[in-house]
Amino acid sequence: MSRISRRGLLKLSGTGAVAAGSGGLAGVFASGHAPAYAQGTTVHWLKWNDFVPAADEHLRKVALPAAEKALGFKINLETIGLNDLQARVTAGIQSKAGADIIMAFNNHPHLYAESLADVSGLCEEVGSAQGGYYNMAKGNCHNGKRWLAVPYCVIGGLIAWRKSWFAEVGATSFPKTWDEYRVVGKKLKAKGHPLGQSLGHSVGDPVAFCYPFMWSFGGKEVEADGKTVAINSKGTIDSIKFMAEFWKDAHDDGGLAWDDSSNNRAFLSGTISATLNGASIYIETLRKRAQYKTEAGAEMHTDILHAPLPAGPAGQSSFQNNQSMMVMGYSKNQKAATDFLRWFHTPANYEGWFTVQKGFACGPTKSWATHKMWDEDPVMAPFRDVPANARVVGHAGLPNQKAAESLSKYIVVDMYAKAVQGMPAEQAVAWAEGELKKIYSV
Amino acid sequence: MASATTIRNVATQGRAHSNAGMWEDERWFAFALLLPTGILLALFIAYPFFQGIWLSLTDTRVGVPGEFVGLKNFYKVWNDSIFRTAVWNTVWYTFVTTVFKLILGLWLAQLLNRHFKGKAWVRAFILLPFIIPTVLSTFAWKWMFDPTFSVLNWMLWNMGIITKRLNWLGEPDLAFFSVIVVNIWRGLPFYAISLLAGLQTISPELQEAAAIDGANAWQRFRHITWPLLLPVTMVVTLFSVIQTFADFQLVYVLTGGGPANATHLFATYAYQIGVGTGLLSEGAAISLAIFPILFGVVLLQLIYIRRVETR
Repeated sequence: MSRISRRGLLKLSGTGAVAAGSGGLAGVFASGHAPAYAQGTTVHWLKWNDFVPAADEHLRKVALPAAEKALGFKINLETIGLNDLQARVTAGIQSKAGADIIMAFNNHPHLYAESLADVSGLCEEVGSAQGGYYNMAKGNCHNGKRWLAVPYCVIGGLIAWRKSWFAEVGATSFPKTWDEYRVVGKKLKAKGHPLGQSLGHSVGDPVAFCYPFMWSFGGKEVEADGKTVAINSKGTIDSIKFMAEFWKDAHDDGGLAWDDSSNNRAFLSGTISATLNGASIYIETLRKRAQYKTEAGAEMHTDILHAPLPAGPAGQSSFQNNQSMMVMGYSKNQKAATDFLRWFHTPANYEGWFTVQKGFACGPTKSWATHKMWDEDPVMAPFRDVPANARVVGHAGLPNQKAAESLSKYIVVDMYAKAVQGMPAEQAVAWAEGELKKIYSV
Repeated sequence: MASATTIRNVATQGRAHSNAGMWEDERWFAFALLLPTGILLALFIAYPFFQGIWLSLTDTRVGVPGEFVGLKNFYKVWNDSIFRTAVWNTVWYTFVTTVFKLILGLWLAQLLNRHFKGKAWVRAFILLPFIIPTVLSTFAWKWMFDPTFSVLNWMLWNMGIITKRLNWLGEPDLAFFSVIVVNIWRGLPFYAISLLAGLQTISPELQEAAAIDGANAWQRFRHITWPLLLPVTMVVTLFSVIQTFADFQLVYVLTGGGPANATHLFATYAYQIGVGTGLLSEGAAISLAIFPILFGVVLLQLIYIRRVETR
């Protein structure tokens, strides 16, 4: 056997590198895939801790290993609390270092528009192949010129309610209007089963409740010109007055300090009878059937139904939480990151993750509404269509950077929280108007 | 050839001599010793501080370099009702917690200064709230104050003290009270152990002599212990005021500044605006607003400490 000297090895490897670099196809064929990425390329993906843990498990055990095999680079998934995502985005942008792909909620991509890679090509490709994106997904991720982020999914929000407790107070179906809901809620609270709603600083439930509540009374942040602050209106004031009484009559007082997981715990422990939420409560009762039971001993999932928010004087409104993936402008792996997202949103690959979600996450494009998963469980079926009619924040203007700033400051949520704490409606709306003017006048 | 070598040797010796002379010069030596600290201070204290001042005078947003706007951010912040709440909260929070930590810390230090069985263990356990990472212990408190599952409510209910559930973190006044309680719980050991160290430097002979002269316990504390403990107390209070004024973790974890911004402090509000919303310049202006107040408080305390020490 001939001995390979150090000098000989260097010479050989140098020749190999030159051959590969100048079209040494033999080496490429031998390796089985094109050397598109530098050796050791790793895409760092930062997202929330999914409220459906099985979905993160699916990513780690099934989807990412398959993606790594197909794409030829490593994907490092990091999951954190949803309320910590914005801090990581800011830190990453300012230090020009951090995760290559970061999850954003709602219209937050507009806050970071100047620091995000252009993902228009990928979005146009996915959108046109999958029936088009929902308007809400596009509004949250497109600034009128380009796509800022790739829509990931829509976390549908509906009211989860206990049908046996509602029946006990004479409600055999879910109330259609806020007035009816208040009457039922008052009876439920009197029986020790209040309604539950978070009015804290959390990116999911409080926002998904307060904005459509205001819209359903005819209130809005700004006029369609996107400049004139219009929150101080009869509609908004009526909604605040209603909310103050509604809260006292029907709600659990603890909601002022709740985050997005508190209402799940309160519902599952049998403290509250209804709450606006994603499907995670129901999914949890399906997962742990023996643990969650009704007073009568039945499995709790058999006592849960889902309903949209009731209608107000201006009709029914809905806001749904949008999740998207931002490819960061500072990333040196933008191509790899985009290729991974393209791989993920290919129907065959997205489907695995989508079905594990069992309807907690709706697809961002319309084609997913026709998936057979929606026929499996009638309790989950109402989530199928929630993205279709959802509005985005900043209504009646655009969900732009200013609307995102207002959202991040929780101005609309705090307006209701202040009223619930006893501030007169006129004063609460005047406070919100002042805050919005500071944002929209710049 | 020989003469060239000689010249080279003389030159080398001359340089060595001048280097040695430089190190023998105390000014150079002191400068060299201070240099690493100076570099660290410049990098981690001075640079961020001046960067913060610059940011507050611009309209920088996250990812968007700003332009100079003068004092516009300070004007905007001054007219912000949440900022004014944060100012009042921070001052009141620092004052109340400092008073309680001082009184309770002094009392605890006096108790710990006595001889009893298991003294070392008790002293070690007293330090636990200070040793446990704040985020971790505050999460435990958050569960205890949980609106739905509060163990405190359960206890008070079963003891017959309350008939209605207390909304610890959902009611503005109660939420602020809760934040203050947790801060006192966390900061008390620092006072107790520091003051205990101070107490142990006071010679027992002074106490004995006073007792022989007929001084009662209060007189001994008032005229012997307290004056001798005062310098340590002032330093401990100084550190504590600075830490409490700039407190962040505790409020961030416990209430996030809520409900409806009722418990925001300077730091948590600056974080929400600067990091959460991405308005870096406004966040910097809010942070810097601490500076004049804190500077005034610290200056007063330092002057007082100096006066006590030179008495």
